[in-house]
Amino acid sequence: MAQASENGGARSRAPLPLWVTGTLKTVGSIAVTMLGLVFITFVIGRVMPIDPVLAIVGERASQSTYNAVYTQLGLDKPVVVQFGYYLWDVMHGDFGMSLLNARPVSEDIARVFPATLELATLGVFFGIFLGVPLGVVAAVRKGSWIDQVARVVALVGYSMPIFWLGLMGLLVFYGMLGWVGGPGRVGIFYEDIVPSVTGMILVDSILDRNWTVLKDAFSHIVLPASLLGYYSLAYISRMTRSFMLEQMSAEYITTARVKGMSEWDVVWKHAFRNIRVQLITVIALSYAGLLEGSVLTEIIFSWPGIGSYITTALLSADMNAVLGGTVVVGLVFILLNIFSDLLYKVFDPRAK
Amino acid sequence: MAEQSLRQWLLTDTPTSRRHAKLSALYHGWLSFRGNTMAMIGLCILLALVAVALFAPLLAPHDPFVQDLGNRLAPLGTDSHVLGTDSLGRDILSRLIYGSRITLYIVALVALIAPVAGLLVGTVSGYAGGWVDVVLMRITDIFLAFPRLVLALAFVAAMGAGIENAVLAISLTAWPPYARIARAETLTIRAADYISAIQLQGAGAMRIITRHIWPLCISSLIVRVTLDMAGIILAAAGLGFLGLGAQPPSPEWGAMISEGRRFILDHWWVATMPGLAIFTVSLAFNLLGDGLRDVLDPKGGE
Amino acid sequence: METLLDVEDLWVKFPSRQGVFDAVRGVSFTLGRERLGIVGESGSGKSMTGRAILRLIRSPGIVEATQISLGGDDLMKKTEKEMRAVRGKRISMVMQDPKFSLNPVMTIGAQIIEAYRQHNKVSHADAYAKALEMLEAVSIRDAERVMRAYPHEMSGGMGQRIMIAMMLIPNPEILIADEPTSALDVSVQRQVLDIMDKLVKDRGMGLIFISHDLNLVADFCDRVLIMYAGRIVEICKADKLNEAKHPYTRGLLNSLPRLDAPRDHLEVLKRDPAWSEAPSVSGRV
Repeated sequence: MAQASENGGARSRAPLPLWVTGTLKTVGSIAVTMLGLVFITFVIGRVMPIDPVLAIVGERASQSTYNAVYTQLGLDKPVVVQFGYYLWDVMHGDFGMSLLNARPVSEDIARVFPATLELATLGVFFGIFLGVPLGVVAAVRKGSWIDQVARVVALVGYSMPIFWLGLMGLLVFYGMLGWVGGPGRVGIFYEDIVPSVTGMILVDSILDRNWTVLKDAFSHIVLPASLLGYYSLAYISRMTRSFMLEQMSAEYITTARVKGMSEWDVVWKHAFRNIRVQLITVIALSYAGLLEGSVLTEIIFSWPGIGSYITTALLSADMNAVLGGTVVVGLVFILLNIFSDLLYKVFDPRAK
Repeated sequence: MAEQSLRQWLLTDTPTSRRHAKLSALYHGWLSFRGNTMAMIGLCILLALVAVALFAPLLAPHDPFVQDLGNRLAPLGTDSHVLGTDSLGRDILSRLIYGSRITLYIVALVALIAPVAGLLVGTVSGYAGGWVDVVLMRITDIFLAFPRLVLALAFVAAMGAGIENAVLAISLTAWPPYARIARAETLTIRAADYISAIQLQGAGAMRIITRHIWPLCISSLIVRVTLDMAGIILAAAGLGFLGLGAQPPSPEWGAMISEGRRFILDHWWVATMPGLAIFTVSLAFNLLGDGLRDVLDPKGGE
Repeated sequence: METLLDVEDLWVKFPSRQGVFDAVRGVSFTLGRERLGIVGESGSGKSMTGRAILRLIRSPGIVEATQISLGGDDLMKKTEKEMRAVRGKRISMVMQDPKFSLNPVMTIGAQIIEAYRQHNKVSHADAYAKALEMLEAVSIRDAERVMRAYPHEMSGGMGQRIMIAMMLIPNPEILIADEPTSALDVSVQRQVLDIMDKLVKDRGMGLIFISHDLNLVADFCDRVLIMYAGRIVEICKADKLNEAKHPYTRGLLNSLPRLDAPRDHLEVLKRDPAWSEAPSVSGRV
């Protein structure tokens, strides 16, 4: 490598080191993907059958008011310029005003996003702590009853409508057994008691040392989080199983056995170490999937997160809110992907 | 040799012609598929579903749209309403039976549109290479980066609620993986010697793509489509549940759950029954897809 | 000669839907402090024999034998837990391709140290010193750097030497080498063999050398078992291979080109179904 650059450098500019071009490429492709995301959202906003001017000024406004707002919104400019404005605004975190409550969409999103984050995070923890061991055992004891159980768990997870499972969960655990709190984040008497620091009520109530609110909040979150967790468990356990099967038939596993290692050590010290990197990707994907799956779950459980926010906005034709929410969820998706790519590079010695 | 049965002919180790070999391979596939109990259960459920959809007018005990407000929210097992009635007194069983038509309609349309779109993009991208490939794959990546349900939501919101727009929205989110698969297949096929041979004979790009590359991409796409069916059903039901798919009074299963949701604590069956129907059908597709994958692509699965 | 290992009537069976497939069919042999070659084509059961001795045939495969006696202990009677004390400590195995037989995400040092500490309760520092010493014994220069490296950074020849070091570090009595040089460049094959030979000889170990390469085995080993279709068809002293009588061995020999006796056409091996039916020849001494 060094040799080549010395020779080449004599005539032309020395080529950039490999890691610089690599990083530039990655950054470039992320930028293009984000740009595309904003563009598609913009296009969807353009083809909306809703007149954004009318939505602001109302039906009875005079033609001159209408025209003034029309110009103010930049709608008289070419579409490319309009996209430029939109992109500029989005890059500054400005998604416009919500037509529903006349507040900046970005403020709304900042308020609802922590609720979704809290729900999805708890769900993915559930999925990891049950799904990974289940997948590993299913692979190691392939064909045993536990493998069959894992298979059924996954199949049911892949086949069940999440909103229906949520309803059934409410019916059984709230309606019939009364084990958990009902819809919402906390009971009505506990609302707005703890100061909002992170926006995540479990964390906030711990910070405030308000154990009553914590207990109530937990009783409300446990059901939706375990339902979401069940979906991520189905996915994570299935993927873990197939990764582990692949590794368990590798030759280095025989090497470990020849050394006289116990099956436990062979599985966890050798095979599992090799799937960690792949697992990180799967977990990132399933986390992203939960942020999305929470759209329907949040509606069932009246959870004031981004999913409820987008849907409510949608049903009341509040387009800025819908598009803003879509862009934010999309960006989180992309960020999770980048994050898992980065971890890949850190944990896999072959990726360097 | 004259004595040999069709079965023996199909199971031969030494096929006598290309067609013989192909039929024999198909028969072997069928045998191993038939040995897979779960996949057979899936297939049976789906055949039953198609039959129910076909003969809906004969099977349904009531008109799915006729309201009977005097007999609303009747429980399970009520006279002539086996699965009870909904909030407008309509027979739930009949609505489920007619709803199977909508489900099949959506699934069939998406299963036609998305893979074909993906196949077009993927083969063109893979065959053309260069900047066409870069641009098309970048677009594919952008769509992959979108959360599927959220994109579908935004799209339906823009185009207006309705079954056709729901189909389009789901297709819009479903095509990128097919494009990826088709592109990968195209890249391997394109490098094959027989493609060079055809090129030397003067065949144009169109002819090579349509006559030589597409047929070879089909089988991997079919497996993927079968595995995706369950996801399509769930997505359609989700849109229906949000009121963005089939519009009332159409007996779409997702929309039925949404109607029943208001009474979930007191009249649980109204929302439960359509959910069970969705679950059964998507489970059947998953079982069938797993079985097909084992037969067509033994090492691809697990 | 002292007998280290005595294998009597070894079978390896794989039940399948079409019936039971016998990969190894009634093989018997003994191993002293010598280099015993097992030669055969792929599918002849030679690798299965090696793994069956370590009882490492994965289910659904079944190992059956009258006895596999290691210094008087019958391995067939041992529990899985007792077998683990045998593996590595008393019998070890080097496999074909270091690219696959070394764990790609662990440093080489960690893998060697692990092999040593599995059977020796010593501190990490002692194990580290021992591993360095072992790497130097297989002629690896700059052993400290290699300890920190990952397998993909090594060449094939180095990888296989590391593998030998790792397998010999607990000081076993017997080493099974399963095609140890087949995946290596021709230029380093000899070097790896010499290192292995020296270590085995110095430690007074028994070596089972499994290979498809008749010339190599004849050159390298003391005694050769020729396997065909799961059975031993013939046993020769390596230096008397040219006097072999079995038509399969003769066929194999005749299908190899020879510098000292050039011919226009090499023979193609003609197989006789009777070979696979004939009972296994005993390799016990």
